[in-house]
Amino acid sequence: MPDGIIPILGLNIWETIYMTLASTLIAYAIGLPLGIILVITDKDGIQPRPVPNSIINVIVNIFRSIPFLILLIMLIPFTRAIMGKAYGSTATIVPLTIAAAPFIARMVESSIKEVDRGVIEAAQSMGATVKQIIFKVLIPEAKPSLIVGATISVTTVLGYSAMAGICGGGGLGAIAINYGYYRYQANVMIVTVILIVVLVQIFQAVGMHISRKGDKRL
Amino acid sequence: MSNPASTENKSIISIEHLVKTFETKNGPITALNDINLDIKEGEIFGIIGMSGAGKSTLVRCINLLEKPTEGKITFDGMDLVSLSDNDLNQARKSMGMIFQQFNLLMQRNALGNVLFPLEISSVPKDKAVEKAKELLKLVDLEDRMYSYPKQLSGGQKQRVAIARALATNPKVLLCDEATSALDPKTTRSILSLLKEINQKLGITIIVITHEMKVIEEICTRVAIIDESKIAEIGDVKDIFTHPKSPAANRLVYPEGEKIPENFDESTHYLRIIFDGRSSYEPILANMILDCNETVNIFYANSRNIDGNAVGEIVIQLPNDAQRAEKIKNYLEGKGINIEVFDNFTDREEGDINA
Ligand SMILES: Nc1ncnc2c1ncn2[C@@H]1O[C@H](COP(=O)(O)OP(=O)(O)O)[C@@H](O)[C@H]1O
Ligand SMILES: [Mg+2]
Repeated sequence: MPDGIIPILGLNIWETIYMTLASTLIAYAIGLPLGIILVITDKDGIQPRPVPNSIINVIVNIFRSIPFLILLIMLIPFTRAIMGKAYGSTATIVPLTIAAAPFIARMVESSIKEVDRGVIEAAQSMGATVKQIIFKVLIPEAKPSLIVGATISVTTVLGYSAMAGICGGGGLGAIAINYGYYRYQANVMIVTVILIVVLVQIFQAVGMHISRKGDKRL
Repeated sequence: MSNPASTENKSIISIEHLVKTFETKNGPITALNDINLDIKEGEIFGIIGMSGAGKSTLVRCINLLEKPTEGKITFDGMDLVSLSDNDLNQARKSMGMIFQQFNLLMQRNALGNVLFPLEISSVPKDKAVEKAKELLKLVDLEDRMYSYPKQLSGGQKQRVAIARALATNPKVLLCDEATSALDPKTTRSILSLLKEINQKLGITIIVITHEMKVIEEICTRVAIIDESKIAEIGDVKDIFTHPKSPAANRLVYPEGEKIPENFDESTHYLRIIFDGRSSYEPILANMILDCNETVNIFYANSRNIDGNAVGEIVIQLPNDAQRAEKIKNYLEGKGINIEVFDNFTDREEGDINA
């Protein structure tokens, strides 16, 4: 292992965590409402609205079908326009967020759809408004499933963030490409991979634990 | 507290020419076809019918969970179909509903579930908690307040659902197959709770069921719904003693088809009708003693409704005309409704076999 690699690894672990969590958080702020709107405006939803529903569906599908690496390159001008530069971990938050938001919208959609139709009807029969149903029925009842979805999203974004390292994003992906690919230092690459795997495991374990602990059906 | 008897004439829900059609891939399905009903304040009204008859659709039209295709629903003077979303939500707070599958919020405990309708009505927290606890006491679940639905039995879950439905002081409680997922013993306890709620709080109750025994146990009036239409409406006692429609006959005499197989052409039969006015005194036993006759009970289908006998017993009459006459006179003298017939199949103009 080359000298001074340990502090570099430490810095890049931090950068990876920072990019992953910041992007997931921002993407969630976009994906959560989109996912909920998808469910309630569906033709069997509590407020069917075919036009907005199809529009959101199409947009989500378009972004979901672009491979991340291509999206990353495509978005370089956009990223530069809003962040002032297109490299580094902070700038990478932009493409990560745009890639993760539609993914999260679909995760949220499937979690919210799991809420028992009968429970929603019970709330309607009590005179609950659409807003009250969203905030007092759909989200709380789907919470354990939403947390599982968020966990999967975090680990997916972490994988994307490593890919972003290839195109000048920071983090563990950058190390893997700089040392493992350009300098043929396989051992550094192996350590990096191990670190990524460990990070995924930690996120996964924490998320699942929170979900299970909060689920009153268990 | 209103006394059900004193308000008997005022109607709380009236349904006029209600039609509900579902558009499906295989064409339209008419679930309700020209339904007319008048529910009186303070009564326990039953709606019974076979599976798929349209009962759930009917009850869901009452609180507009299902939008009627045609017709008018009036609740407490309001024309529900014409209400704005906001006013409809307000009106729904005066109509509680309970379901076969309970439909409790799984991530809230019993207290949290009862608090739900109070939260959405912006009742201050301390008042809401007080009210919710009071209701859990009414349904006998004080000690399970902090239990989650997962930790409760079916009967307990339905009790939470009842407490929840009562939280906004509704005028009407709609029950869609509320006891169909419960065992007979739990069913009885839930039914007696509903009866208590009706009597104590004066809440009008509409009970949807496919089980005759539920109707017998608590309802005053009943509508029989068959193939999307109302086949018959009347007092429970009348329908038990004189079912007119084929649908009513099928419900009152579910074993009807089996009767005619082993009748004897040469024998005379006497049908004793219990119309619910005679109390369950041992009519047959007294007759045997007083007339000094033994009789052969050919068929019996009687039930105990509110402590009164309802139904019928068919006995074989002695071949000796004089002895047969004596039995008839005895029963008529007691004011009991009887009917003589020779051929069992004549009995209901073939309705039984319909
Ligand atoms: N949402 C729906 N879409 C299509 N058909 C329906 C729907 N709801 C009920 N039906 C049909 O309407 C009829 C009456 O159903 P329902 O009211 O549930 O009967 P019940 O409660 O008496 O068993 C059935 O034929 C059923 O298939
Ligand atoms: Mg039903």
